[in-house]
Amino acid sequence: MPAAYGSQIEEHHAVRRAAGVFDVSHMGIVDLHGARCRELLRGLLANDVGRLSLPGKALYTCMLNEQGGVLDDLIVYYLDDDFFRIVVNAGTRERDLAWIGARAAAVEVRLQERLDLAMLAIQGPQARERSAALLTAEAAWAVLELQPFFGTQIGEWFVARTGYTGEDGFEIMLPTADAVSVWQRLNAAGVHSCGLGARDTLRLEAGMNLYGNDMNEQTNPLESGLAWTVAFEPADRDFVGRRALEAVRARGPERKLVGLVLDERAVLRSHQRVLVPGLGEGEVTSGTFSPTLERSIGLARVPIATDAAVQVQIRSRQLPARVVRVPFVRHGKALISLV
Amino acid sequence: MSNIPADLTFARSHEWVRRLSDGTMEIGISDHAQHALGDLVFVELPDIGRRLNAGEACAVVESVKAASDVYAPVAGTVMAVNDQLRHTPELINRDPYGGGWLLRLRAESPATDVGLLSAADYGALITEG
Repeated sequence: MPAAYGSQIEEHHAVRRAAGVFDVSHMGIVDLHGARCRELLRGLLANDVGRLSLPGKALYTCMLNEQGGVLDDLIVYYLDDDFFRIVVNAGTRERDLAWIGARAAAVEVRLQERLDLAMLAIQGPQARERSAALLTAEAAWAVLELQPFFGTQIGEWFVARTGYTGEDGFEIMLPTADAVSVWQRLNAAGVHSCGLGARDTLRLEAGMNLYGNDMNEQTNPLESGLAWTVAFEPADRDFVGRRALEAVRARGPERKLVGLVLDERAVLRSHQRVLVPGLGEGEVTSGTFSPTLERSIGLARVPIATDAAVQVQIRSRQLPARVVRVPFVRHGKALISLV
Repeated sequence: MSNIPADLTFARSHEWVRRLSDGTMEIGISDHAQHALGDLVFVELPDIGRRLNAGEACAVVESVKAASDVYAPVAGTVMAVNDQLRHTPELINRDPYGGGWLLRLRAESPATDVGLLSAADYGALITEG
């Protein structure tokens, strides 16, 4: 996927206002087969797949190391009692396969990497309707009935109502041989081709973390804005990283991930220093120009007691930034005050 | 393929220079540079009257991707800046050699642009990558 097919900002607006398509085939699709899949994943993932009872339901979760650091963030789909599918980041795919594979054999779970599948994300207020128009009437009905965070198999396609933009839409996993023609038909249906650049500005406006930027194996979910994805209940579910996270929770995390808005004419970028009066320093983990808000936004890891205002070192200047609750934008609307 | 007007000269750092009839030099960034930067979102321009050495950082163009310094291709004094860019930086993307100009300098001496590249040489430079 290129950074942009044309103007990155136009691609961004297409997704907020109508529909755009991203080629996310670089992501890893891995199927897990075996009677003890659920048991394996309940021990490996910080969120609890025990919560999944309806076929097709998706769950966002972190996979942790013993120290509570984030090895990856991923989506797991419950398809049947002996069949789960996970979608992992491209950069961590091999490590994830080794990590899961080392624990899968003991419970007779077989991993199948789906290199035969491409993945297209169609996102935006008109994404579902325009995607469904490519399908037969019966299949269109089935995908339009999908509830958020559910997926379903339609012939050779797996269609899920998920995404990474803060807009409604689908992620479609389909045979690689079909991907180009589907892309062209989507374009013909008015769905704009979008690249990695727009994907980043959209996910950041939506307040979604990027693995490697906003969290990694050195940081835990509680200091990464991801406490909501950790299922401490039921208390007797043991998962990798649980003990370390419980210790962090008991003493209280020292840092937190917050949203920043810069009202000055400059752009937040990852690794810029954040100065918090009286409390020390933090760091911008992701930053960009928000096309929707027409100013810069970012995520930063800062001391836990950080309040409403910080300074960010941008090139030779220290500029004031506001600390805000994320998301910044949801379903095309600004959720922060614009001064 | 980048647009490289034959009547301009270019710096290796991707600024272009146009000699105007009043003797000043208009400066901007090349089509190749705006394309590499992507959508521009902010532009910082120098104060009028500021004296610049050749090669001195005199403006900042910031895109969705990155912030980049613009260097004075010749020594001189800033006579004018393109204030429209403060609100419509995308003019640089749309029209890098026209509406997207950055500043005008009065050069210290008429021959100060020696060392700049012709359009053909600049074309060869960016083709080499």
